[in-house]
Amino acid sequence: MSTPAWRIGEKLEERTLPPIDRVQLIKYAGASGDYNPIHLTDDAATEAGLPGIIAHGMLTVATMGLLFSPHLEHGYVKTFRSRFSGMVFLGDTLRVGGRATEVEEAADGVLHVFDVYARRGEDTVASGEVGFLVYGD
Amino acid sequence: MLYEEFVGWRSEAVKNLVERGAVRKFAEAIAEGSPLYVDEDAARGSRYGRLLAPPTFPRTFDYGRIEELELPTAGLIHGEFRISYERPLLVGEELRCGMQLKQSYDKQSRRGLLGFLVFERTGESLEGERVFTTNDIVVVTEAVRRGIPV
Repeated sequence: MSTPAWRIGEKLEERTLPPIDRVQLIKYAGASGDYNPIHLTDDAATEAGLPGIIAHGMLTVATMGLLFSPHLEHGYVKTFRSRFSGMVFLGDTLRVGGRATEVEEAADGVLHVFDVYARRGEDTVASGEVGFLVYGD
Repeated sequence: MLYEEFVGWRSEAVKNLVERGAVRKFAEAIAEGSPLYVDEDAARGSRYGRLLAPPTFPRTFDYGRIEELELPTAGLIHGEFRISYERPLLVGEELRCGMQLKQSYDKQSRRGLLGFLVFERTGESLEGERVFTTNDIVVVTEAVRRGIPV
């Protein structure tokens, strides 16, 4: 793949992810060490006043990072900022996407800045900003 | 302000290894498809020369404890997460990781008085070179605040 370059306003190809299921949350709990029971058992979620098990917020953030995986040969996620704006439940299907907002010269290449989001239907459950550094050589 | 007396306090740094199996499990859990996180041959042929760790992988590290700071165990809300790298994080490297309570402030909202705690976590190579810095905002609701001993 040739070196990527994005024009301001250009969109990243939106990705639709498989629905959130228990197995993924158990895997993420094990991989991250976050065993908060509201992500794992119905009773704990209900006791916490939630309508049901919710996904780890940091799993949704990691999911937004997947937008850049096809370009890792040429650069890496240098900065990542994310805000949580909604809960994600079992069975939810998220779409992640983004749009280029800035291009900056950096010491070792070009930093492409993107607004990114994770949405369920029209609801934005997380949003953020990613700076992807594309190496100059 | 919540935990005002702890603002500026740091944990004692803890050594962490970016372990290949841990990265593979993490990549699987987030449905990451790039071979550069899991396939050593692909990684060797890349500009990095070795496997990468996903951008949010530093969440899994041990940053030590800020002594005497006991946060409520339930009901905290994660409001914001930021990470900034000086260079890519590679599998097999050892880092010294620590954390600090940077800020505490209150805001009145429609849902009552909210407390905001800003934690900074850092990872440095054993030679002392900074690799990444993270900032997390943790929101303490009024209901949770009532349960905190003063």
